[in-house]
Amino acid sequence: MPVTVKTFANFGEAASALSSDRSARYLGGGTLVMRALNEGDVSISTVVRATDLALTRIDVASSRVTIGAGVTFARILAERELAFLHAPARSIGGPAVRNMGTVGGNLFAPSPYGDFTVALLALDATVSVQGGLGARDMPIEEFLQSRERQNGALVLAVSCQRPAGADAFRYRKIARVKPKGGSVITLAAHLPSSGGRVSGARIALGSMAATQIRARAAERALEGRALDDTAINAAAAVAAEGVSPADNALGSAWYRREIVGVHLRRLLSGLE
Amino acid sequence: MTKTALQFRHNGRDVALFVDGGVNLLVALRELIGDMTPKFGCGQGGCGACSVLIDGELHLSCLTLAETVNGRAVETLDGLKDGPNLHPLQRAFMEQFAAQCGYCTPGMLMAAKALLDRNPSPSRAEVIEAISGNICRCTGYEPIINAVLAAASGGRARA
Repeated sequence: MPVTVKTFANFGEAASALSSDRSARYLGGGTLVMRALNEGDVSISTVVRATDLALTRIDVASSRVTIGAGVTFARILAERELAFLHAPARSIGGPAVRNMGTVGGNLFAPSPYGDFTVALLALDATVSVQGGLGARDMPIEEFLQSRERQNGALVLAVSCQRPAGADAFRYRKIARVKPKGGSVITLAAHLPSSGGRVSGARIALGSMAATQIRARAAERALEGRALDDTAINAAAAVAAEGVSPADNALGSAWYRREIVGVHLRRLLSGLE
Repeated sequence: MTKTALQFRHNGRDVALFVDGGVNLLVALRELIGDMTPKFGCGQGGCGACSVLIDGELHLSCLTLAETVNGRAVETLDGLKDGPNLHPLQRAFMEQFAAQCGYCTPGMLMAAKALLDRNPSPSRAEVIEAISGNICRCTGYEPIINAVLAAASGGRARA
């Protein structure tokens, strides 16, 4: 079914067009919206695009990095200053998908996709959104919890603090096909330490609920402790607390619950 | 529904056409231009059969809104050969038996071309990574990987 395509040079105008039409969807890299159109999704009657360069900007000048929503994974991989995000970017699709798929679109990718968002959730990212009522920044957790209602808003950028060191941020994607494949489970952990003890741990899981979620019980098990076998085992033992995975062709809900602790232990122990 | 005017370079030749809103590049290439080399596999970005180069970058034409290539250069398998002379990659695919049913071959060749254009002597691991978005259900991939490596080393020998 033909749709109306509206292209704007300015993201503000695109955001207005998006918020005023319930059947409008924003087209970024195309890997989600074009797929829906190819499958005959009749809920989309208008496609909104913005060619605004502000959406493809990367700012790495300070300790906080800001990535425009329209930045592709290939561009993240080409940016040396974003080395901490290379593992999650590389784990997405094949080269063509990485040339197309964007950081902003990944926030909307349903399970078993959305791996980059798992990394952003562990890094406590902030999502900048332009809605009908203006622009606002919201914590990524709040964004994900209200994701179903965010279709009418335009994501402008995401930002996060750089991890303290290379070892403070870890990422692991379990897929059946390597190097490309949908996620059985995706895990990311940000483990800042102070005086040899974990302080402010954030562990995020993908494909373990309707949206990416935090493993709060596992975070609590690590808090204030050295990252030793005892602490790691305690975190792994409670990794499945609060998860509600689905059955799909890549793995059953039962299987995902069984192995999430195993993979969390490997992630925290630094095992490959 | 209004049609949108679209102009782009298709394998070095300028083309102009009108497309319906929401039409993807694969449909525009196959049904409006008549270039049947990119294939429709899944329409979801999972198989790579529709891979083309847009301004030299590997893209999936089924997930590309046709009007976004306005003013850009699109290369498909149809533009790979030079008259009657096959591209070194095509020759290597033939010599290494890298095509069986052949449905994935156009996408494989474009993914391999994207790799060799920026890295003329890739490692085996780099070849595997480069074609990781392209699914082949016949060959088991080994002949394809060997063909890309052979084309790369053949290209070096001639240079």
